[in-house]
Amino acid sequence: MARNDLQGSLDLLVLKTLDQRGRLHGYGIVLHIQGASDELLQVEEGSLYPALHRMEQSGWITSEWALTETGRRGKYYRMTAAGSKQLREAEASFEQLVRGVRAMLRYA
Amino acid sequence: MGILRRLGNLGRQKKLDAEIEAELQSHIEMRSADNIAAGMSPEEAWRKARLRFGSPVLVKETTAAADAALGLERLWRDAHYGARALARSAGFSAMAVGVMALCLGATTTLFNVARCVLVEPLPFRDPSQLVMVYEHFRGASSGSEYNQVSPADYYDWRARTHGFEDMAAWRDWQFNLSGGHGEMPEVVHAEAGTWNLFSVLGVQPALGRTFAASEDHLGASRVAMLTWSLYQRRFGGDPAVIGKEIHMDGNAWTVVGVLPRWFSYPDARVQLWVPYTSIASPGFMQHHEDDQSFVVARLRPGVSLAAAMSEVKAVQYRIHTEHLDQPVAGDAISRPMLDDMVQEVKKPLLILLSAVGCMLLIGCLNVANLLVARGTARQRETAIRDALGAGRLALIRQQLAESVLLCGAGGSLGVLLSVAVTQWLIHAWRNLPRAEAIHTDASVLAFAFGLMIVAGLLSGLLPAILAARKSTFAVLRDAASTVRGSTSRTGLRTTLLTVEIAVTVVLLVAAGLLLKSFLLLRTTDVGATTDNVLTMHYDLPKTVYDTPAKVVNFSQALLERVRHLPGVVATGLGSVVPGAGYGDDDVFTIVEHPPLNPRQDMPDALTRVADLGYFHALEIPLVHGRAFTPRDRLKHANTVVISKQLAEEYFRGENPLGVHIKVPDWGDSTNYEVVGVVGDTLYQAGRPSKATIYVPVLAGQLDRDYTLVVRTASNPLAMSLPVQKEIAALDPALPVSNVLTMQQVLGQSAATASFSATLVLAFAGLSLVLAAVGLFGVVSYMAAQRTTEIGVRLALGARRERLLRLMMSDGLKPAVVGLTLGLVASAGLTQLIRSMLYATRPLDPAVFVLVAVTLFAVAVLACAAPAWRASRMDPMAALRTE
Repeated sequence: MARNDLQGSLDLLVLKTLDQRGRLHGYGIVLHIQGASDELLQVEEGSLYPALHRMEQSGWITSEWALTETGRRGKYYRMTAAGSKQLREAEASFEQLVRGVRAMLRYA
Repeated sequence: MGILRRLGNLGRQKKLDAEIEAELQSHIEMRSADNIAAGMSPEEAWRKARLRFGSPVLVKETTAAADAALGLERLWRDAHYGARALARSAGFSAMAVGVMALCLGATTTLFNVARCVLVEPLPFRDPSQLVMVYEHFRGASSGSEYNQVSPADYYDWRARTHGFEDMAAWRDWQFNLSGGHGEMPEVVHAEAGTWNLFSVLGVQPALGRTFAASEDHLGASRVAMLTWSLYQRRFGGDPAVIGKEIHMDGNAWTVVGVLPRWFSYPDARVQLWVPYTSIASPGFMQHHEDDQSFVVARLRPGVSLAAAMSEVKAVQYRIHTEHLDQPVAGDAISRPMLDDMVQEVKKPLLILLSAVGCMLLIGCLNVANLLVARGTARQRETAIRDALGAGRLALIRQQLAESVLLCGAGGSLGVLLSVAVTQWLIHAWRNLPRAEAIHTDASVLAFAFGLMIVAGLLSGLLPAILAARKSTFAVLRDAASTVRGSTSRTGLRTTLLTVEIAVTVVLLVAAGLLLKSFLLLRTTDVGATTDNVLTMHYDLPKTVYDTPAKVVNFSQALLERVRHLPGVVATGLGSVVPGAGYGDDDVFTIVEHPPLNPRQDMPDALTRVADLGYFHALEIPLVHGRAFTPRDRLKHANTVVISKQLAEEYFRGENPLGVHIKVPDWGDSTNYEVVGVVGDTLYQAGRPSKATIYVPVLAGQLDRDYTLVVRTASNPLAMSLPVQKEIAALDPALPVSNVLTMQQVLGQSAATASFSATLVLAFAGLSLVLAAVGLFGVVSYMAAQRTTEIGVRLALGARRERLLRLMMSDGLKPAVVGLTLGLVASAGLTQLIRSMLYATRPLDPAVFVLVAVTLFAVAVLACAAPAWRASRMDPMAALRTE
């Protein structure tokens, strides 16, 4: 269950990142999540790439090869319309989960 | 989605691997560059960057797995998972597969039969150019629009018109085929066709040749062509039969050819062909009123049918004006040959096809209903899978996989079923034209496969979408409170059920109407008794019985012998018995009446030969005068008996007894004296009666075709052998045919009506069972959903009767709505089968009431069991189920 929860939130994090930053490569996504979460969330590269490829097959994101600012070749990802719809649903779902868990914790 | 891309990925595994490698490599490079910027040594930076990936091989593999194989694997997994889910509820699956097999099998069969019979082109050369041409009486109020053609009219059409490439004619005939070497004599159905018939159709013989023009003349040598079935059956398929002689009606006929195996025109009963004129009497070619032939014409390329027919119409009108004293039609009419062959079965086939289509719809709705019920039972499972990250499409796909599997299994069984049922149908449906054209081929399989997919989607998509519609949290929330069932699901099931019941009602009403009219047809009073009457047919060959005296002696001797058999109550002899068909008709004049205006149609009556016992044996009542006596024999046989209808139509208020009738076509100028009037009979059940003239059998002329009528004390068929023995004792070479009871005679004319009524009734019955099962399922489901609620109500002191009523009304609501809708729809739709009904109105109140009562009763029964069970629940047990 925990592993699956993590996977679910990884999708959410990646989609949110692409939503905020537009086009980004895998390494950039890792850096963004790390930075935006005040170093609280560490994304494992070992889970990131399978997730990216799975999301691409699901049609939520697309990819293309391009040159980075430093002149290297990198694979850039971008969110699709289906992806932004998925993001909204995942966000709502997550909000509900958080509210539910919080209510649970506050229950005396 | 993406399946094609994934399959593509499978084939490009190498390239993809390289791409993933490159992507991971670029990540590591970027990370190590940053690490160096942060002050690490290049080696350290590189090592740290790699380390974050864990095992690089594993990462690469899991990433690749996300791209490739997944698609195929997922398809297979869906199927596998579906099969496992179905196996878990074997009862449900077996039932659903059975329902689908039955429905798909029946639909495929009827589709195939209808396609082969109604649509498939005739097996002739350029069949769309072939039409049948008929005579047509303008403004004729009675009878068919399409009248058979006389020989002289045919010859005139062929000689005097140019719009058709050629025209050919044929007419029915019968021969006594006797063996040269003491084989059993038999009566064979034959056709006499003009020499050019086979070239008009474009048919090549399998052996030998077709007729030559020189063989189609009066007085030409006698030749015959065998059909494949007679060639195989009687001549052992020996090609040496070509050029040999066969003996028919006491004459020798030379076999010149054998027709191909597939040739069964005009129907499969025909055993052999002879030239058109070989059976004709002198003067035959000049007859304009001997309307017994069928004319096949091939349209000339580039000529429109209307243009070609306008010429024929003009010629026919001229013939009409030249022969005003004869009943010659003034017009001609045509229809395509295919329509002509299948017009009798077109409507029944289309009705059966619609009925079976309705049954398929009901079957799909039923399976959909069952799937919705299962979907409900698996709500929690779905919710958990959803929570674990399965996408909505994946869930829908999963559900669809199950219904497609169900329909696939059902469809495969159905195709097997269809192959067997098609064979049965060909045998069981007597007189189905073009039965030999029915075959199962790839297009039928394609149809069955397509139907299977459509049925699978239809029965799976609706419940699948519904099951996957709700968000995870909504379902989990619902699952937490089972006191009140999910209303949207119940709503859908109720709607499905309502439609199912409405369609069932339409089917039941149609079946009821067809059945009622068939029963009426079957029990029609034809004006003669049908109990304990045996009839059989024989035909005295002209060559042996060459004088009237010989014919009369044979008849008298036979009647004498049969009359003394034990168990025989009465005997009679006639040409045709009531209900056995139209037989002969002729025009007549009444000698004592003033001559008719030549412009007027001449009076026309059925003509029947009858002996003195005929009316008594068949219990046709004598209204006035007397029946025949032994004195009405040979030269003294110048008396006739007429039917009541003839008396009423032509002797209004006048006493017909003693008046004289003249029938020009009988070739003599005898004035026949009317000596008696008998009750009316029907020549065919379901058709109006027609004026009839009876001539004494003992005149020994006219016809040599006789039907022996034997009324017995008990089971008439038990007498058939003793009677046949008496015939054989008198003339061992004389074949006997059509040994039938009167009831069988009538049954034959109602064969198609009986067949379609029975089949539609079977479909309707099955649909009713399906609807009842659906109703039972829905009420059981609603009761299960409300277990807690019922428990609470019971605990609070609700009366069980009230609960029973509550549960019943839940189930009966869709039944009543469906019933009402179905009755309304039936009222409109039954107009379509009006022409197939006999003495039954499309809005027959008895049928509608009966259907409504039956359906309501079945609905009450189907609802009562689960409702009763629910109301008997122990409140504590009910509450504990939570």
